[in-house]
Amino acid sequence: MLDRIAAPNGSRSGSRSGSRSGPRTPYGPPGSVERLAAALPGRLRDALPTEIRSGSPWPVRVDVLLDDGITEDDVESWVPAVSMLHSGGDALELAVRDGRVVGVRGRAADRVNHGRLDPQEWQGRWQGWRHAGQDGAGRLTRPLVREHGRLVETTWDVAMDRVAARSRELLARPGGWGRVGFHTGGRLFLEEYYTLAVIGRAGIGTPHMDCDTRLSTAAASAALMESFGTDGPPGSYGDLDHCDAIAMWGCDPNCGPPVLWERVLDRRLGPGPPALIAVGPEGTPAAREADVHVAVRHGTNVALMNALLHELIANGWYDEAYVANHTAGFDELCRAVDAYPARRAAEICGVPVTLIEQAAEILGAAERLASVVAGGFHLAWQATAATCQVNNVHLLRGMLGRPGAGVLHAGGPPSARGALETGAAGGLPGLRNWANPRHVRELAALWNVDLPHWGPATHAMRIFRYAEEGSIGLLWISGADPARSLPGAGRILRRKDLFVVVQDLFLTDTARLADVVLPAAGWGEKVGTVTGADRTVHISGKAVEPPGEARPDLDVFLDYARRMDFRDRDGAPLIGWHDPRSAFEAWQACSRGRPCDYTGITYERLRRGGIQWPCTPSSSHGTERLYAGGRFNTDPDACQTYGHDLVTGAEYGEEPYLRAQYGEEPYRRAQSGEEPYRRAQSGEEPYRRARSGAEHGSGPYRAPGRQARAFLRAAEYEHPQHAATMSLDGAAPSPDGHLDGRVNGGSHLNVLNGGADGVVDGVVDGAPVVTGWDAVARQPLLAPAPPVAPVAVDVGGVYSAASPLDPLIQSGVAATAGGCPVSERLEEV
Amino acid sequence: MSMHLAHYLGLLHRSQHELADALRAVRRAHPDEPDLTGVCERLAVQCGNNARRLEPFVRRYSAHLSEEPERMHSALFSGARRGSLGLLRDLHDLYLLATQCEISWTLIAQAAEGVGDEELLDVVRHCGAETAAHLLWLRTLMRQIAPQTLIVAP
Repeated sequence: MLDRIAAPNGSRSGSRSGSRSGPRTPYGPPGSVERLAAALPGRLRDALPTEIRSGSPWPVRVDVLLDDGITEDDVESWVPAVSMLHSGGDALELAVRDGRVVGVRGRAADRVNHGRLDPQEWQGRWQGWRHAGQDGAGRLTRPLVREHGRLVETTWDVAMDRVAARSRELLARPGGWGRVGFHTGGRLFLEEYYTLAVIGRAGIGTPHMDCDTRLSTAAASAALMESFGTDGPPGSYGDLDHCDAIAMWGCDPNCGPPVLWERVLDRRLGPGPPALIAVGPEGTPAAREADVHVAVRHGTNVALMNALLHELIANGWYDEAYVANHTAGFDELCRAVDAYPARRAAEICGVPVTLIEQAAEILGAAERLASVVAGGFHLAWQATAATCQVNNVHLLRGMLGRPGAGVLHAGGPPSARGALETGAAGGLPGLRNWANPRHVRELAALWNVDLPHWGPATHAMRIFRYAEEGSIGLLWISGADPARSLPGAGRILRRKDLFVVVQDLFLTDTARLADVVLPAAGWGEKVGTVTGADRTVHISGKAVEPPGEARPDLDVFLDYARRMDFRDRDGAPLIGWHDPRSAFEAWQACSRGRPCDYTGITYERLRRGGIQWPCTPSSSHGTERLYAGGRFNTDPDACQTYGHDLVTGAEYGEEPYLRAQYGEEPYRRAQSGEEPYRRAQSGEEPYRRARSGAEHGSGPYRAPGRQARAFLRAAEYEHPQHAATMSLDGAAPSPDGHLDGRVNGGSHLNVLNGGADGVVDGVVDGAPVVTGWDAVARQPLLAPAPPVAPVAVDVGGVYSAASPLDPLIQSGVAATAGGCPVSERLEEV
Repeated sequence: MSMHLAHYLGLLHRSQHELADALRAVRRAHPDEPDLTGVCERLAVQCGNNARRLEPFVRRYSAHLSEEPERMHSALFSGARRGSLGLLRDLHDLYLLATQCEISWTLIAQAAEGVGDEELLDVVRHCGAETAAHLLWLRTLMRQIAPQTLIVAP
């Protein structure tokens, strides 16, 4: 016990820049009165005494990270902001002195982190807060355009005119909408994502828009949609206070965002600690701390999950009433997991059978179970299927929508949720359904434009594929570095006939390949909102001026919209907003009535602290937990997807969805879907008939009072495929000759997961290797190629055409610059 | 007594193998297509398994085999193409091949009802559902790439 207090984060804190987090703050669960209060709707809770309703008992501990020689007294002002390391959504304040950001401090009153910070927030890598403002070394300060093969400095007018001229030229050709594509990163604000989404979907009319979330959070998002109808993590960080068992699925070395892990650890050290299950590799703090640590073989998550579900069902450790009233697909799930007794899974996963049984006992005995799903599930073989099985554990046990019972997802870039919700990451804005004509009509009416509804959107890998084939002629990359993160992107971006626009803070490898480089303002240099991993929306303010001529991404998009003169059906400007606040209001209108309703979340309210969506103007609080009372977003008119085959990613249409939702038979899965097949043979289409009856006013097509049910999605374990199948753009296989990276069997290292995973240094110029493919999430499962030493290059004002690594590596110079991290290289540019 | 059921079983057996080969050929011809990663191979394995499960029935009914009629089988796939339009046409071919399998399962199911072969019906239910999933996947992918391929691609 004492050891853990002395070294709170295990080896982690020692290994990263030597920075340590503050002292441990052990705490126990709230009393039963507080738990009851936490389950009440916001308005009822307001009537309670403060000490009961005031939320979490997790003690406040304000972490302060300042430059050497600076104390809190030296700070002139504190500006609210949000963690830029990961999607945890920690609230912080930027310390400003003499027009510079000199440090960060956790926001004590915030519901997410209670003042704590990731130690990396300040010391961290090149995307840390230290780089805000004028003294961010290596920052782009002027727009660049390519002249005679070299990038040269220019004015905003020249640069933007080039982008607009090329856009117009492409749009004038047949199928012009298909000639422009967008790829964005996880570091824009929600207002910027939404503006980008409207420009892309309504202005240009292109389906080609995606985000780095495709490489990190796509499977989490897909699994939530498949199980619950719409994206959006159901749980709340507050569940960690109330729970009596925590399951950490797929712990990566950092156990997710550090602040979340600290909260878990504090509960474990306090009175009435929760049981802890950790699934993931050896050597992580969670593995050492857990009561049951299951180190499954890579790529076998589904086998483990099926065995756990098998145990829960076989022992009767599930909530029969909840399953009967609020879920669909139980019989089929039973059939699927029947083949996975613990003994068989133990063989597949390479773990002792007793561990699986013990884990199942904890899951089966918990009264309030909180799950944290992390990279080891999201980025691994059968990612979506495995993540769906975590949802199944919670559905079987009725562990959703009440204090202590919830599912959280860790990982992904800091602003991932904003991209996913606004439609910049391939979805339809406002968690709408591409396959639902009514949803497309809603958006067309909101924007007053004609929208084609041939969706879904093109995913990132396919966008780059189209660029390689020459059908996309302009690719606009904002806040992302695909040359380092997407397989083959470097090769594709070098194509002469592809016009590449890069909008970023630094001259990234991708920017070096661009035709136009636009210098962007970073966080702390502009205003906007960020939504964290438990749906908490925070505002991030402007602390300092951006360096040189760098502009907020929002201003760049608005400038483009003006130059392109996008109009609605009545000839009015398509984009009617002009600053972050008005962009946010436009987004509120788009989110109205959807599961992610932001209409009650205003800039004024956000200045007082984070608020969780959904929140309507009439409610005094956000919604802490989704799906209270087993009410899901799976109604066919509400859901975000009609579902996919978990193996191939084939889309089910509306009719199979209705059959699954309202029929007697379970949802049809490819593995064991006899019933619908037989039905199809006999030509029965009862639901279509019933539905059309409803449309003609002859009666409801579903039983009155029948709530929409969550789906228990069954999945068979598949042995990982080992062969790398994508071209590697010069990357070499790993030394042992396997293309699946440095781990066994079809795994799974992410290269884009903010600064938290420490993998970026190992990947150069499109070198990540595809080890598999999640067909539902359209997510390539990547492993980085062996590291090549980055080198410092001197480019002042004139920039080299290709990646600077190429000629140097070829001439052998790279060997002399071994080991210098990316941050230093970029700072010297 | 002669029954043509064996001919149809043979036709389906052969079609499943052809579909498996064609899936692999299409994958090889389009190595950079992300959406084919893993899926083609997986479906090809399923096709092979389905063909194997048919074999006992081919044997069971071949005792009654009559002379194979002419033009019982016609080739639907003659090699993969290149390029984006080539991909769409290849997927189109796969779709036709899978449709051939799908309707064969349906007809064999009818015949199995006729002879009261519950065992064969079980196989048809399982494998027929897989073929239906193959069709769904091909349809999903083709619908996604059709606008770009038919309107925009060079």
